[in-house]
Amino acid sequence: MRSSTFKIAALAAATTLTLAACGGGGESTDSGSGGEEGGSEPLTIGVKIDQPGLGVQDGDSYSGMDVDVARAVAEQLGVSEDDITFQEAPTPQRENLLTTNQVDMIFATYSITDERKEQVQFAGPYFVAGQDLLVAADSDIAGPEDLDGQILCSVTGSTSATNVQEEVPGVQLQEYGRYSECVEQLANGTIDALTTDDTILAGYAAQDQYAGQLKVVGNTFSEENYGVGLNKDSDRCEEINEILQGLWDDGTMEQIISDNLGAADYTPNADLNPPEIGGHCG
Amino acid sequence: MLELIDQFNVFDAFWTTIKLTLWSALFSLLLGTVVAIMRLSPVGFLRWLGGSYVTLIRNTPLTLIIVFCSIGLWGQFGIEPASRDSPTFIVDLNFRLAVIGLSVYHAAFVCEALRSGVNTIPVGQAEASRSLGLTFGQGLRHVILPQAFRGAITPLGNTLIALTKNTTVAVAIGVAEAAYALRNMIEFRPDVMLLNFLLIAIGFVILTLPTGLATSWLASRLAVKR
Repeated sequence: MRSSTFKIAALAAATTLTLAACGGGGESTDSGSGGEEGGSEPLTIGVKIDQPGLGVQDGDSYSGMDVDVARAVAEQLGVSEDDITFQEAPTPQRENLLTTNQVDMIFATYSITDERKEQVQFAGPYFVAGQDLLVAADSDIAGPEDLDGQILCSVTGSTSATNVQEEVPGVQLQEYGRYSECVEQLANGTIDALTTDDTILAGYAAQDQYAGQLKVVGNTFSEENYGVGLNKDSDRCEEINEILQGLWDDGTMEQIISDNLGAADYTPNADLNPPEIGGHCG
Repeated sequence: MLELIDQFNVFDAFWTTIKLTLWSALFSLLLGTVVAIMRLSPVGFLRWLGGSYVTLIRNTPLTLIIVFCSIGLWGQFGIEPASRDSPTFIVDLNFRLAVIGLSVYHAAFVCEALRSGVNTIPVGQAEASRSLGLTFGQGLRHVILPQAFRGAITPLGNTLIALTKNTTVAVAIGVAEAAYALRNMIEFRPDVMLLNFLLIAIGFVILTLPTGLATSWLASRLAVKR
């Protein structure tokens, strides 16, 4: 009995040590490879990995609007494709990832807000999205005013849901952890509408399995300025602003948007795009 | 801190957590007792059914069960344990679906806690009750279960504490409990991130610490002295 208790304790201690060793080892390898490459500096970029059309991970490859913009910016910063590491940046962890330098920059439908600017700085905005509604293809809902008494879906801890509830108190709000759960419930007719940024909605409407079933209403009622999240100590902010301006000027941005969201007949709000870049650094 | 509590209705959120806990504790105790009786019964099929229930439910992630209650029960099968005419339809519906999910899940643990209580009773007592002419049901009611509950207070208390904390999973289907308040705090007040976590953590300690103390006290007070 005693010896088996001792064995378990020894095993637990050994496991802890192994795990600790793993953590340390991983980091040292990272910095090591950076030194060997020589040419360009490695860059870790935070993206969404589960948002169709914006940031999607498929095996080892990443795609979507945010990912393409990130690649274009990295290229002009002189970082070669091989030196870019993409990493998931879930919404609640974005500030933390930046302040602890786990990622160098974040392209993840990251709206510029004053609260966030207290912790991080933003380059951009590189795109202005707006809050909109996704409804069934045969629905009569044309805007938030039609939502009285209807069931609206969004994710918990998102600004979009709170906005609509303030405007239309009669709406019933269903919140899930992920948009994909909302879209599933919308497609089977249990809920009436889904609200969030129009870019995200367009990405879902463009998915193959929902083709023809869903439509984006196209009546935006807010402004979401997507910025590039950076650590406050980063000195690249102004440089990235210039690069983003260049991407709009030479038509690269339009190409990226139509490549990723064009399938859903989505066109960005022309009054607000291209956005006025700059003013959120530092 | 007071400003945070006010802005995100932290008290309302914890009240929902308490209500979720109490309702789920009640239903899981009922369901768990039924499953435990099935596992103790002399009928082979019932024993198998109870065993399968525990094996299946205990090994399924709670998030999966809760999300299934919303997307499966409500979305696919159209089961709506709330009235559509009510202005709080979605709030009621999600709360009740969450109670269903939490009860079903924790019933498996309650069942096993009760069985551990049954194991504290010497086999001779069950045999004696049978030889006195009591039926299985009578023996259960008058001899086995009263002692089993008293012997199972500690594991039942542990299950209750786990249940209190597991109610946070209900945020997955949008029930406005403590974890829901926390998500909103993270989204809207990232400037005081540490305080957000601390506030919710303190709330849970306030809820679970007395449960633990009460459990220890009850367990020693009600223990069957043999």
